[in-house]
Amino acid sequence: MGNQYNQFLKISLLVISVVTLAACSSTSEPEEVIEDNQAASSSSSNSASPSASSGSGQLTQEEIRAQNALRETVFYFDFDVAEFKPADRDTLTYHARDLAANPGKRVRLEGHADERGTREYNLALGERRANGIMNYFIVNGASRSQIEVVSYGEEQPAQNSSSEQAYTQNRRVEVVNR
Amino acid sequence: MNTRTSICIFLLSFLSLSAKAELSIQITQGIDNPIPIAVVPFALEGAGVLSEDVAGIVINDLEQVGEFLSLSRSNMLSMPSEEREVFYRDWRILAQDYLLVGKINRASGSQLVQVQYEFFDVNRELKLAGEILTGSVAQLRDIGHAIANVVFEEVTGIPGAFTSQILYVVSEQVQGDEYNFRLEKADYDGARAQALLESREPIMSPSWSPNGQDVAYVSFETDLPRIYIQNIATGQRRQITNYPNINSSPVWSPDATKLAMVLSKDGSPDIYVQDLNTNQLMRVTDHPAIDTEPSWSSDGRSIVFMSDRTGQPQIYQIELGAPSYNVERLTYDCFQCMKARFLPDGVNLVHVRREARQNPNYQIAILNIETLRVITLTNTSLDESPSVAPNGSMIMYATKFNGRGVLDAVSIDGRVKFRLPSSQGDVREPAWSPFLN
Repeated sequence: MGNQYNQFLKISLLVISVVTLAACSSTSEPEEVIEDNQAASSSSSNSASPSASSGSGQLTQEEIRAQNALRETVFYFDFDVAEFKPADRDTLTYHARDLAANPGKRVRLEGHADERGTREYNLALGERRANGIMNYFIVNGASRSQIEVVSYGEEQPAQNSSSEQAYTQNRRVEVVNR
Repeated sequence: MNTRTSICIFLLSFLSLSAKAELSIQITQGIDNPIPIAVVPFALEGAGVLSEDVAGIVINDLEQVGEFLSLSRSNMLSMPSEEREVFYRDWRILAQDYLLVGKINRASGSQLVQVQYEFFDVNRELKLAGEILTGSVAQLRDIGHAIANVVFEEVTGIPGAFTSQILYVVSEQVQGDEYNFRLEKADYDGARAQALLESREPIMSPSWSPNGQDVAYVSFETDLPRIYIQNIATGQRRQITNYPNINSSPVWSPDATKLAMVLSKDGSPDIYVQDLNTNQLMRVTDHPAIDTEPSWSSDGRSIVFMSDRTGQPQIYQIELGAPSYNVERLTYDCFQCMKARFLPDGVNLVHVRREARQNPNYQIAILNIETLRVITLTNTSLDESPSVAPNGSMIMYATKFNGRGVLDAVSIDGRVKFRLPSSQGDVREPAWSPFLN
């Protein structure tokens, strides 16, 4: 039944997938990330890119990019918006491919909201944000069974204050390895 | 009468977890012409001193709901403790409308006290009420609140809610995004706070059972939001739900047989009702948007809830058993209207309101669903979680003061406000008890 659901999701989201891929290829390449060979090689077992055919020790540009992307685990949202920022798409794509390439891997998507609005609504908004990223992961090859979604609403702010700056930090989805 | 018996059988057998955050009252807004009342310090007969000032408790109760102003003790011309010592002239000269006197008798070495009080109408020179209440020394606060109930009802005709209690959640930051959460219960004025549950994971949405003996709430203690019911006296608890995704917003039906709740197991949050005897689950709403914050109508036949199906949160009502599309929208004139619940009259709807997109303030307001008149009761910016006193006279809500979560209360006409500041942490989600017997 889980498989059927998964299958259904994959098919029904195929259209979105195609559109997304088109959007990906029409925009520029993934943003250049800072190379950090030492850090990269120390966690080379985490290789994410399905195209990666890493030999011994030497990492390709693409592998370095993937590893940098996987180190980014917090994604921020605009006020009253449930969709992740376009600038995060490439990073999230690496996360999705990593899940697809490592079927044993499990992640938990923790959705959060800022304190404005009621607590119950924010609990629901946090879930909506996390679900958005979950669906994107599935579209890009991850399996539904690899992903758990939980919303904390406004209950666990990253910054416990009432400023615009804090709100920006608090509207987020965190990708947590399980 | 039943006040007396209720106090006598009132057993303080709560959990022994001690609450760190004691709350104390602060009146932030009163009315122009409060009723003058003299409350004479109660005479103490017998041995020893008492930990509580019963007359002081009565004064606090009466003053913080705003309708009364008590005479300063230093201005009193006499200090009667029973009827034969009362000279009405002494109180007319001081322009007092009402007079309360009393005395406390405690046998030496005993934990039992007898409190006798008498209440007079000064202008009519008439005794309005009086009785002897018996309880333990630890129940002196209950006795004071019970006397305030009598005075309040004699003067206003409305039952007093001073023996009611509140539930609320306290959150304290440990470090970074780690917090410590406590579910606490206290007297309505914040005194005698006790922790009912403590957790490193969030606790949300406390809700009283109609008889005041149980609380339902959401706890993330398993890492997922699940609904629990806990007996307040024994601390015994059981997990009620374990559905995938969000399980939240538990609210008891007026007849206590069902729990309305929000589940997102089928994709998006919808309103459900679970029968507490059969565990049978009934789906009430079915919409891909967010439906949440259910609240029962007083007859238990319909549920008001919040939905963002038109893009922004608005308040809707649905008859139980009606098709899920057959909802009635109740709010139109706000950018966001949320967290609605009916006052006991069934016509006035308390809610959280954000007037316009450009206006970032969330305030507590009342909508009359017949006249569509709206009264905004608060003027702060992050007000939420309104909860109505059992006598319908006041609304307690959560707001921010100096960057911390505090509980405020406002009268339903907006004229009177008081605050229960805590010593530490963010206090939130007040739930005012029903009348407790």
